[in-house]
Amino acid sequence: MNESVIDKTVYAELEHTAGAEFVAELVDTFLEEAPGMLAALRSARTENHAERFRRAAHSLKSNSSTFGASKLAALARELELKGLDADPARDMAALAALEVEYARVAVALKAPRDG
Amino acid sequence: MAEPGARLLIVDDNKVNRLLLSRNVQMQGHRAELAENGRIALEMLRREPFDLLLLDIEMPEMDGFAVLEQLKADPQLRDLPVIVTSSVEGLENIVRCIGLGAEDYLPKPVNAVLLKARIGASLEKKRLRDQQKDLVRRFATSEVAQDLQQSGFSLGGKRVHASVMFSDIRGFTTLVESQPPEETIELLNTYYTLMFDAISSHGGVVNQMIGDGLMALFGAPLPLDDCAGSAVAAAMEMIELIEQFNLERSAAQKPTIRIGIGIATGNVVAGYTGTQQRATYTCIGDTVNLAARLEAHTKSVQRAILIDAATRYGLRAGVQLIALGDMQFKGKAVVEQVYAVGQDSA
Repeated sequence: MNESVIDKTVYAELEHTAGAEFVAELVDTFLEEAPGMLAALRSARTENHAERFRRAAHSLKSNSSTFGASKLAALARELELKGLDADPARDMAALAALEVEYARVAVALKAPRDG
Repeated sequence: MAEPGARLLIVDDNKVNRLLLSRNVQMQGHRAELAENGRIALEMLRREPFDLLLLDIEMPEMDGFAVLEQLKADPQLRDLPVIVTSSVEGLENIVRCIGLGAEDYLPKPVNAVLLKARIGASLEKKRLRDQQKDLVRRFATSEVAQDLQQSGFSLGGKRVHASVMFSDIRGFTTLVESQPPEETIELLNTYYTLMFDAISSHGGVVNQMIGDGLMALFGAPLPLDDCAGSAVAAAMEMIELIEQFNLERSAAQKPTIRIGIGIATGNVVAGYTGTQQRATYTCIGDTVNLAARLEAHTKSVQRAILIDAATRYGLRAGVQLIALGDMQFKGKAVVEQVYAVGQDSA
C-alpha cells in the first residue's frame, strides 16, 4: 500500500474495529461508488448545478477519509467548501487532479489483496 | 450500561457510510435497519419502533435538518434519541442539529469507540425517560400524561367546556364493616377496573379516586365533540357493568353493590393544582359542584343516574329521561332542573 496515498494508521484502525474481511468488502463498495461521484461532479459542473456539485464533493470527502485517503479527502473538501468556481476551467483542472488522485487511491486500496 | 440488542435506524445516502455504521453497531450487539434518505427514514420510524436514530445531514430528497424538525413536531417520535453522524462543514450546522434536539454529534469518519460510548449513553437516557413516562402514566391518565408531554407542567387552569361525573358506591361503609379489609380492597380494585373501562371507552378521564368515589371528566384535558352524550353513555355502561358484576357476586353469595352517578355540563376551569412538587390535574367551578350534588341526590330519589339541564340539551334523541322538576341544592343560588336517566322503575 502506498503510504503517501493512504494513511496506514487510519486504514489499520479501520481494519481493527470493523474486521479486515469486512473492510475488503467495503473497499469494493467504495470502488464501485466513487466513479459515480466523480461523474456526478463533472456533470454538476457542466450543468452549473451548485448543490449537486457540493453534495458529490461531500460524499467523496467523507468516504476518502474513512479509508485514510487523506489527499483525496483534502481535494474533495476544497471543492465542497469552495463550490462551483466562477471560472469553470479552474474547476475542470481541479476535477482532473481529483481523478488522478482517485486513480492512485484505487490502486493503493486494491494493492494489499493483489500483492 | 447499554441495553443489549437495541434496534437502531441508520440513515445515510452514502452506501459506504451505511455499511460501515451498520457493521459498527452490529459488532456492539445491536440490530440495524438502513435508510437512504430522510423521507424513507421517517416512513420507517412511523411504521415500526426504533430505540435510536443515527442520522446523516447531507442527503438528497430530505436532509437531516428536515428529519430533526419533523421528529420534533411529532409527539410519537419527539423523544427518540438521535445521534447525528456527519462530516458536514461548519460549526453553525452542528449547533443547529443540537438546537433541533439531536442528542449528540459525531464527526465522520466515525470513531467506533466513541460511537459505542455515545450509543450506550443515549440508550441509557432513553431507558430512564421511558421509565419516567411509565410512572407518569401510572399515576396520571394517559391523556394527562400526553397533555403534560405536549404543554409541559404549569400550575393554573384554563376554561373549557366539559361534562363532569361523580360516582360512588351506595352503603359502602356498611359493606366495609361487614367484610374483611382484604375483600374490600379486592372489591374496590374490580369496581375501579370496570368503571375506568366504561369511562375511558367513551373518551372520559378519571381524575380522582376517593375511597369508593370517583370523579371523571369528559372534554378535559383533551376536547371531546360530544361530552354530554359521552358522559351519559359511560354512566349507562357503568350501571350495566355493575349489574353483571352483581350477578357474579350473588352467585358467590357476596353482597351486591349499587352505585349512584351525577353528571353536570358547562364551563369548568381545568388545570393543575397543588405545588410545584406535587400537583394533580383537576377541574373546578359550579359545574363540578353541581355534579357532586346530583350524585348525592341519587340517594334521596332512588335513581342511578341524575343529570342537569345542560347535559340533557347535549344529548341526542333516544336516551330515556324522566324530568324530576326543579331542585334547590345546598349552596346553589339558582334552582336546577334535574333529569333521571333510564326507565321509570330505576
